[in-house]
Amino acid sequence: MMRLQEMPLLSVEGLSRYYGERVGCRDVSFEVYPGEVLAIVGESGSGKTTLLNCISTRLEPSTGSVSYRMRDGAMRDLYRMSEAERRLLMRTDWGFVHQNPADGLRMTVSAGANVGERLMAVGERHYGRIRDTATHWLSRVEIAEDRIDDQPRAFSGGMRQRLQIARNLVTGPRLVFMDEPTGGLDVSVQARLLDLLRGLVNDLGLAAIVVTHDLAVARLLSHRMIVMKDGRVVEEGLTDRVLDDPQAPYTQLLVSSILQV
Amino acid sequence: MAVRARALSKTFCMHLQGGLELPVVDGAAFEVRAGECVVLGGPSGAGKSSILKMLYGNYAASSGEILIRHGGELVDLVAASPRLVLAIRRETLGYVSQFLRTVPRVAAVDVVAEPLVLRGANTAVARERASEMLDRLNLPQRLWQLPPATFSGGEQQRVNIARGFITDHPVLLLDEPTASLDAANRRIVIELIAEKKAKGVAQIGIFHDEEVREAVADRIIDVRGFAPARAA
Repeated sequence: MMRLQEMPLLSVEGLSRYYGERVGCRDVSFEVYPGEVLAIVGESGSGKTTLLNCISTRLEPSTGSVSYRMRDGAMRDLYRMSEAERRLLMRTDWGFVHQNPADGLRMTVSAGANVGERLMAVGERHYGRIRDTATHWLSRVEIAEDRIDDQPRAFSGGMRQRLQIARNLVTGPRLVFMDEPTGGLDVSVQARLLDLLRGLVNDLGLAAIVVTHDLAVARLLSHRMIVMKDGRVVEEGLTDRVLDDPQAPYTQLLVSSILQV
Repeated sequence: MAVRARALSKTFCMHLQGGLELPVVDGAAFEVRAGECVVLGGPSGAGKSSILKMLYGNYAASSGEILIRHGGELVDLVAASPRLVLAIRRETLGYVSQFLRTVPRVAAVDVVAEPLVLRGANTAVARERASEMLDRLNLPQRLWQLPPATFSGGEQQRVNIARGFITDHPVLLLDEPTASLDAANRRIVIELIAEKKAKGVAQIGIFHDEEVREAVADRIIDVRGFAPARAA
């Protein structure tokens, strides 16, 4: 029998999404395996965010299927599940890190509550344990213990993003979606966040799908890459191969457009 | 036989230059056995580096095959899926590159220990081994806990060498590992290569330094034999 590690965690087949006549993304297929980080890159309007929303059940595809391997090993079509099942999956087995932390956090409750809330959503009721776990996760994302009762409104952009990551990881998800996780942050803050993400992904054996327009982020975080243009996948492969020996005209243009410092 | 290349060719298609075709390697064929160090020879621009990058899966070969013994089986790296290439790199195929791609904020000792950790070693044991390697390569101990981004070229290269030689990969690719080293450290790299040979590791390398090449090469493959025919 094949071990779960060797079977895909997420499988996307022939996925398309149209907005009326306009193409959001067209005929996209790929798989993600446990512990694997996949980057989806492209410029604004390339369809990468549409794709991310379709595979994370936030936007229904026009055609095609998205299947996910449940903890019992069974592969389930996400769009044939009930709404309640999908919500449970998003709360427990998945994480979603938004570009803007305000979209993924509750800005007017404390940092500790932001992390604790996800735990309560999966049934944890013991206040002491919730607080201990929240403290542990805040320290893992390098937020000092004495900030646990502060609201994220009082945090810097980098801290908010780290808090959002803690909130997502506290339930022990197997798959995390990230939409431009370092977008809008200062370069030095980006570096710290990337290093943190890289360490967490390795330590926890997480699978992740990272949407980014930043090829350096893709290089640092991902094992494999998908390059999108006009809603289609124009190239895919091993991250270092795609970046060092790009084949498609568009990928060559992207790679050659990186500013050297 | 640990590695065998057959009819291996590479042509770059430069789409930004109107689809210009740039052939760099044509019909490369060679074998490397366990315990052997083979050096790719030939003038600069002859395709040595392209061959080494194809052997690592970093460049896509245009045609041909690269058979590598991975977990008891012969696998064609050219046709392998990205996941299989990653598994081959983790278990079988190591690479010591000329330049270190630094990750912000990761300490030198952890950069060196990482390949062992990825192969499932205990972090403390991996750090211990990393410290031994750095010590052997004369990297001052005060630098071990610092990220290598600010190190000198020679210091970064020694971090890279330590990282490349720390594992027991059965195949090792060496991309000018001695390029910016002083004589003492060059001798240590020569020793490390000899130890790998004794352990049966197949090594394929590029060395511009003649002294190092003489010391490590069991055979030299002249890549001019794989040069594409130039259009007249």
